[in-house]
Amino acid sequence: MNLRRLIVIGIPFTWLLLFFLVPFAIVIKISLSDPAIAIPPYSPTLELSGGWAGLKAFFSQLDFENFTFLTLDPLYYTAYLSSLKIATISTLLTLGVAFPMAYGMARAPEEWRATLMMLVILPFWTSFLIRVYSWMGILGKEGFLNMILLWLGIIDEPLTILNTNTAVYIGIVYTYLPFMILPIYSTLEKLDLSLIEAAEDLGCTRTSAFWLVTVPLSVPGVVAGCFLVFIPALGEFVIPSLLGGSDTLMIGKVLWEEFFSNRDWPVASAVAVILLAILIIPIILFQRNQQKQLEGDQ
Amino acid sequence: MAQSPRPSSSPTNVFAPWNDPNAKPLIQFKNVTKRFGDFTAVDDLTIDIYEREFFALLGPSGCGKTTLMRMLAGFESPTEGSILLGGQDIVPVPPNKRPVNMMFQSYALFPHLTVWDNIAFGLRRDGLGKDAINDRVKEMLRLTRLDKFAKRKPHQISGGQRQRVALARSLAKAPKLLLLDEPLGALDKKLRNETQFELMDIQEKTGTTFVIVTHDQEEAMTVASRVAVMDHGKMVQVDTPAGIYEAPNSVYVADFIGDVNLIEGNAKVDGNTVSIHFAEGAAPITAVCERPIADGQRVSYAIRPEKISVNREPLDDRANHVKGKIEDIGYLGNVSTYHVRLPSGELVSALMTNSRRLARRDFTWEDEVWLSWTDTAGVVLTE
Repeated sequence: MNLRRLIVIGIPFTWLLLFFLVPFAIVIKISLSDPAIAIPPYSPTLELSGGWAGLKAFFSQLDFENFTFLTLDPLYYTAYLSSLKIATISTLLTLGVAFPMAYGMARAPEEWRATLMMLVILPFWTSFLIRVYSWMGILGKEGFLNMILLWLGIIDEPLTILNTNTAVYIGIVYTYLPFMILPIYSTLEKLDLSLIEAAEDLGCTRTSAFWLVTVPLSVPGVVAGCFLVFIPALGEFVIPSLLGGSDTLMIGKVLWEEFFSNRDWPVASAVAVILLAILIIPIILFQRNQQKQLEGDQ
Repeated sequence: MAQSPRPSSSPTNVFAPWNDPNAKPLIQFKNVTKRFGDFTAVDDLTIDIYEREFFALLGPSGCGKTTLMRMLAGFESPTEGSILLGGQDIVPVPPNKRPVNMMFQSYALFPHLTVWDNIAFGLRRDGLGKDAINDRVKEMLRLTRLDKFAKRKPHQISGGQRQRVALARSLAKAPKLLLLDEPLGALDKKLRNETQFELMDIQEKTGTTFVIVTHDQEEAMTVASRVAVMDHGKMVQVDTPAGIYEAPNSVYVADFIGDVNLIEGNAKVDGNTVSIHFAEGAAPITAVCERPIADGQRVSYAIRPEKISVNREPLDDRANHVKGKIEDIGYLGNVSTYHVRLPSGELVSALMTNSRRLARRDFTWEDEVWLSWTDTAGVVLTE
């Protein structure tokens, strides 16, 4: 009995230890090291042959220099702030698009719902990279969107959308839409329709019943969806680098440049550690939301 | 069958507005038909319901009782016909504008609001002042004995308390008409019995007209002033509980309410006495019948088990006697049900109170007994 419990708890813990905690400890270690022209491109490296003295020497060489550096160069904190801004705005935009879709799905006839759900998930079957690339074809100067708008006579000159923040917003909303729709849909679908009838019976109009009953009861889904969009959007790299312009500053891009262009692994690791620290706050909030929802269900 | 003496139906002042030609009905269904596609849920139905009535709609699932109630609440509109409330056609009035409130079968309490806010919900929609709302909510909490639970959320209280919150919420706006959709369905039997009396009490106190939908005949009999037995979108019989039980108008009603013995036979009429010849060689059953019956007509004779007495010898003062053999005895503590096989093959059940202790019972399985009952004990049915 005890052994079984130990195994059941032990497997996920071992998994986390091997694939999250150990790599993360390595990243922290690199972030405390100094860059070096070597392979790997940092020093010191852990040499167990040095014995106790070697270990002591190793630890004495670690310092917070890279973190201090991040606070000195405005590039980094503007990148963090700009990432936060882009992630927040695109999360709200995604919510604005997803809620009506989820609502429509939840109110659709039962036999349609599976199909609608399929349509939401279907884009995942194509590579994410290809889908973002295809947006370049749509949003470009000679892209589909401009061609159609010109043909319709709505605009005289092609719009510049590609390589701006607008394109990044469009890309993020498009990519993460299913993550927002699915949790909202699941709360709306569970919603007992007799609650809406009860609200109307007690004097609500359709609209006020929506705001007083449907919206408050969909909050857990909305919160879950917002975190599922916000957290990956904050560290997003592919979308801003493909659709964004030179003025699109996102921390994911900075991270990439530090690692691969500058080959400054220690600074890049420090950037990643701070990004994680920023993300931990919403992740904890998300966990608490889930917990509360579980308690509410009981 | 729990038949409660209702204060309003005491002999001196009988509450029976349906017998008073001058009484004005609160609700009038006029030739109402409701179809869902090919399915006719309510079929050309006409009924009047009076103020202060406790009106029960009783029937098996799919008989149209819930549709009827939803039409009163405004969630469905009739395909044909009109529904009047206090003389006004309410069909075009949306649910939020009707002086009608509903207590839902699932209670439909708002899970994100406290008990207090649930009860105050409808009052706030009316734009009442804060003090007026507070007073009214407090009154409702007192009426339903929920004072202690005002700050709790619906998932923090028991099923019985939730049921009372739902009742308080639907009564808070002092509706002219309260609709109750299977209000006690989710409660266990003991709590249900208590709550039935509580419901009647609250109905008396508030003077609201109640329309209750139920499939539980005992519940309908207990609480209602009148019961409507429905089947296939029609009202088969509308009468007081006693009327429904003692004088069913059809085999369907007799069979639906309580236990009944149904014996088929040919009628031989003599004045208002009918002899029913139900089997070759068996003595006919004598019954007094108010309704006109044609000589030789095929009829069903319905008699309740408790109207039949089981004895060693025939009782001379009863008009009907039949000899039979006890096939089965169902012992229920206070009463026993005897299944008696007649020589002609019919199985008749008779209910006797166990006035003597079990060990001293007169007869047992396979015993020959006499069944006796009077000529007014049963009813002759032609439908």
